[in-house]
Amino acid sequence: MTATVIEATAQPSPLRPEARAPRRTRSLGVWVAEHVALVTLAVLFVAPVVFVVLTSLMPAEQTLTATIWPTSWQWSNYLEVFRTVPLARWFGNSALYAFGATACMLVSSVPAAYVLAKIRFRGASLLFGAIVVAMLLPPQVTVIPVYVLWSKVHLTGSLLPLILPNLFGDAFSIFLLRQFFLTIPREYTDAARVDGCGEWRTLLRIVVPMARPGIAAAALFSFFRAWNDYFGPLLYTSENQAAWPVSYGLATFRGVHGTDWSITMAMTVLVTVPVILLFLFAQRVFVEGITLTGVKG
Amino acid sequence: MITPAVIGLLVFFVYPLLASLWYSFTSYNLMSPPQWIGLRNYTYLFTQDPKVGKAALNTLWFVVFMVPIRIVSALAVAGLLVRVRRARGSWRSVFYLPALVPPVASVVAFVFLFNPGTGPVNRVLHLFGVDGPLWFNDPALAKPSLVLLSVWVMGDIMIIFLASLLDVPRELYEASSLDGANGAQQVVHVTLPHLVPVLLFAGVTGVIAALQYFTEAAVASGVASGKATIGAGASAAIGYPDDSLLTYAQWIYVRGFGNFQFGYASALAMVLFVVASVLVVFMMRRVGAYTPSEAS
Repeated sequence: MTATVIEATAQPSPLRPEARAPRRTRSLGVWVAEHVALVTLAVLFVAPVVFVVLTSLMPAEQTLTATIWPTSWQWSNYLEVFRTVPLARWFGNSALYAFGATACMLVSSVPAAYVLAKIRFRGASLLFGAIVVAMLLPPQVTVIPVYVLWSKVHLTGSLLPLILPNLFGDAFSIFLLRQFFLTIPREYTDAARVDGCGEWRTLLRIVVPMARPGIAAAALFSFFRAWNDYFGPLLYTSENQAAWPVSYGLATFRGVHGTDWSITMAMTVLVTVPVILLFLFAQRVFVEGITLTGVKG
Repeated sequence: MITPAVIGLLVFFVYPLLASLWYSFTSYNLMSPPQWIGLRNYTYLFTQDPKVGKAALNTLWFVVFMVPIRIVSALAVAGLLVRVRRARGSWRSVFYLPALVPPVASVVAFVFLFNPGTGPVNRVLHLFGVDGPLWFNDPALAKPSLVLLSVWVMGDIMIIFLASLLDVPRELYEASSLDGANGAQQVVHVTLPHLVPVLLFAGVTGVIAALQYFTEAAVASGVASGKATIGAGASAAIGYPDDSLLTYAQWIYVRGFGNFQFGYASALAMVLFVVASVLVVFMMRRVGAYTPSEAS
């Protein structure tokens, strides 16, 4: 969750093939042993996905039997989820939370990270230290007074207490962005200042275009955190079902709607798919950003 | 430019810390103003609270077992992946993608996979003639089941390890093999020293995440018990089975938002703050080592 994360995304991504592994001659026995281990592990890692997807397509009665392959393919299970719970609304809430939090985070955290990375001022290290501590402390330490604050302005029962604070910077994102901005040579920002650019213009015209992959990474992390969040919605929206995001709705689904595993698995798949799609899409954006700007973390 | 962030730190970090400290010496239920009761919350916490010890021990269990098991498995997989020559991208995706699954979804999926009645895991075990255990419904196995889940989603640290392994200069391997080092010696003297920073990073962030372990345990309890998850107020599901998944972070939630004992919950939070701070101070020293120097 620190600079290492940036390196993992900004370097030639370790998810993508590249030819740098030590190439040494090895005995056939070692090769076979390694590949047996890899294939076994890969089967174990993929199996949960296969079982979940197969179950999500079974007739409800079949989930109680020993056959693993669906006797008939019940694509209607996926529609059934929408009929059982207000899933479209929950998806909308999740999208609002994730996009809202990310947009607010970018507006506030990009300038803050720029100041911390590129401008020298008194108290800079104290401020940065406070941000690191805020990032590392468990949220449960500060949650009670923050909840009291939101209840005083009558915003509990909605997702706003989880979105709005991002307008005032998010510690983890500021940290991540600052690490990325530090890798941009000072000559660029100095040259812009000499040419008469103000700080905002230097940031928007010079730093932001060069740091696009880093900003994309911070945005993606912020999006995932909001989409996956359970503790926040539990605190602020548990009593108002209309405000639930999908992750919270999924957690309550089986308890409230009986023990039907096939529908529960269909909903599990539905909650997961957007995140996977976003990642596959964003992976290209990262790589593109790196090649276009020529900046490497 | 940085003013909003400073306001944010003051309102959402500095003020809540001070307010938590103040609440921790009071009796407060949100309806009436806090009333000073001195150290009574703390004496209750350390001498009478029936479950705080159990909750702290459960959290400690996750720190001691989940963190290292996760790191070792991620390292093992990264070590295998770094030697793969063909279809590297696909191999890496197989082990990385589970990390992207939303935690609630992965917990619901695992509770289904391991459910004792109809779960595929016990069915597969049955094929081998093994009577599968109760997993998430057994107080002795609920925590280990969550460790299995944490291994399945270890892709994020695995990728960091893999990047670091790919980063070891090849010359070091060549030089050491010229000097007569065998494979095992190379691992100990070349590979591991190179990995020390990322291992430390994974260890400390892992411990911090374990201290606040909440979502996976809460959702597993709710789904495995078959009861509606902890909504408004504490339900019987929390900690299920038999308080084996009751973590310290959940206990703060139960006392604060289930019983509306905001004063007492703040005292619990301050104890967590002290423990976490000790670790954070340790980590701050390390973070310096990761801050890239300005490229100029």
